[in-house]
Amino acid sequence: MDLGGISAYLVSFAIMAGIFAVFCLGLNIQWGYTGLFNIGIAGFFCVGAYVSALITTPKPTGPYAHYVQQAFGLNLPFLFGLLGAALVCGLVAFFIGIPTLRLKEDYLAIATIGIAETFRLVFNNEHWLANGPRGLMGLPQPLQGLVDPRHYNYIYLLVVLAVVLGIYLLIERAIRSPWGRVLRAIREDEISASMCGKNVSHFKMQSLVFGSMVIGMGGALYAHYTKAISPDVFSPLYGTFLIWVMLMAGGSGNNRGAVVGAYLVWGIWIGTKFLTDFLLPYTLKARAPYIRFLLIGILLEIILIYRPQGLVGEEKRVSRWID
Amino acid sequence: MVELFIYGIVLGGIIALGAVGLTLVYGILRFANFAHGDLMSAGAYISLFLMSVLFSGMGIPDSNFAPLSIGWRMVLAFPLSMLAVGGVAIAMDRILYRKLRHKNSPAVMLAMSALGASFIIRMIILILWGADYRFYRPGVLRPALSLPLGVKIRPDQLLILSVVTVLVILLHLFLQKTKMGKAMRATADNMELARVSGIDTERIILWTWGIGGALAAAGGILYGIDVQVHPGMGWNFLLPLFAAAILGTIGNVYGALVGGFVIGVAQQVSTAFLMPTYKPAVAFLIMIGILLIRPQGIFGGK
Repeated sequence: MDLGGISAYLVSFAIMAGIFAVFCLGLNIQWGYTGLFNIGIAGFFCVGAYVSALITTPKPTGPYAHYVQQAFGLNLPFLFGLLGAALVCGLVAFFIGIPTLRLKEDYLAIATIGIAETFRLVFNNEHWLANGPRGLMGLPQPLQGLVDPRHYNYIYLLVVLAVVLGIYLLIERAIRSPWGRVLRAIREDEISASMCGKNVSHFKMQSLVFGSMVIGMGGALYAHYTKAISPDVFSPLYGTFLIWVMLMAGGSGNNRGAVVGAYLVWGIWIGTKFLTDFLLPYTLKARAPYIRFLLIGILLEIILIYRPQGLVGEEKRVSRWID
Repeated sequence: MVELFIYGIVLGGIIALGAVGLTLVYGILRFANFAHGDLMSAGAYISLFLMSVLFSGMGIPDSNFAPLSIGWRMVLAFPLSMLAVGGVAIAMDRILYRKLRHKNSPAVMLAMSALGASFIIRMIILILWGADYRFYRPGVLRPALSLPLGVKIRPDQLLILSVVTVLVILLHLFLQKTKMGKAMRATADNMELARVSGIDTERIILWTWGIGGALAAAGGILYGIDVQVHPGMGWNFLLPLFAAAILGTIGNVYGALVGGFVIGVAQQVSTAFLMPTYKPAVAFLIMIGILLIRPQGIFGGK
């Protein structure tokens, strides 16, 4: 492999891991800081990706419309897609929060699984909405035409890193504010928090909506990177489980941990691909992804038992005014 | 419609077998076992292994008891798979959950561990058998009997209903008549009180997993007999199982039975209006409805 090939590979690695870092940051708001058990990340990932796709593509016309059906197509720039994805995901989170947030955390978990499965079913079966199982293709990319298309990924890496950095700074700021301290108080002890006069379910709702908006933006970033989306991408394994392992490995309750975990576990995930490509006989190649997911599952169990705080662990310091 | 209702009862019986285990585990160990659906898959696939590899190697005949689609191989595989999955559930507790319990990890960590375990089980199934749909006995004719009111029902479905009935009666007798069953109900009611009364709660936990796993296996195999076996079946059952357990009040075994039948009937009847692939979404919507109106379930006091 020549040097250009290697650097192109590293760039695509950094983009994908960066997109997963966005998911981890969103989940970290919910789980790391508030203790909300969202195991339907794939649902918000899916909605974010599809909303952005529908906003940024034109509605097919002429003979093309026979092959691609979509409910609407606004043909707006990427930024609108990103914001639209965040808005719709926030709205979905709001509706899922209403029946579940006043109950025990398990109910939210089950309901988020339900919402993820339901969205996958809807996008698979409702052809008029977004072309059913064939999905949408040819999504536009931001700042296209600025450089040679062969080197476009460098631009996209900058876009992804800018989003990661922006969200990171925003969450850091929010979490060190009084608002962030209430979230942590709720996570540690809900009853004490409510006895201090904090409306626990309102704060939980804000955290759920905020985190889901971030996850939705991650979905939009994913869609415009791969340029093609179909419902089978948003499986519970790829869209939810991998992200959980990343956050747990990096360290929940720590935004740096969330980003580090995303890059680390994405590295392991890609690394196991080389491993299975190299080790497995030809006849077993088709089942290699299962072996890779099995290893990731075992990794999670080991982390949960032996290092639940993750690699980085939570910072005890909650305010920059306290030493 | 009557036909869909009866098919719903059959599906509901299968869901009920899973939901009973789920609710028992929830009642005694206080965490949501997201691996319960995949224990059903595990049962279905262990049976498939026993029938297609072990028993065929031992020369046990493959013929079926017409008009049923099952034969001696299934009669042997059924109880053995139940035992095996009970063992798998106990092993999972020993390897994973007990360690977390002894570290006083919060219940959410156990639930997450269970989620991880569910993916591990599914991946093992996918590695060993691949992603294909499989029949226990491919190519066998499965004629339907015609009942009054234009209802067509396969003998297999009648068999499933009777197996569910027998298992439910056995479970009822176990919980009401045996010392272990009574201790189990006491533990579900109040674990601290049970412990100070001299009940060995670790043994209760062992039995809970054994029974929950065995019933899940039974549900999975019966689904395999009724429809097909495939690696995603357990995950698809997860929402109906939780919907049934929540509907019947979490921790309440009899509630879970009722909930299972309600969800099964609702799922089947919905296919008259919706695509059958939406079945998990139907269970989900019912669950959201219960959470909005009566989150403690039909048998829960306030």
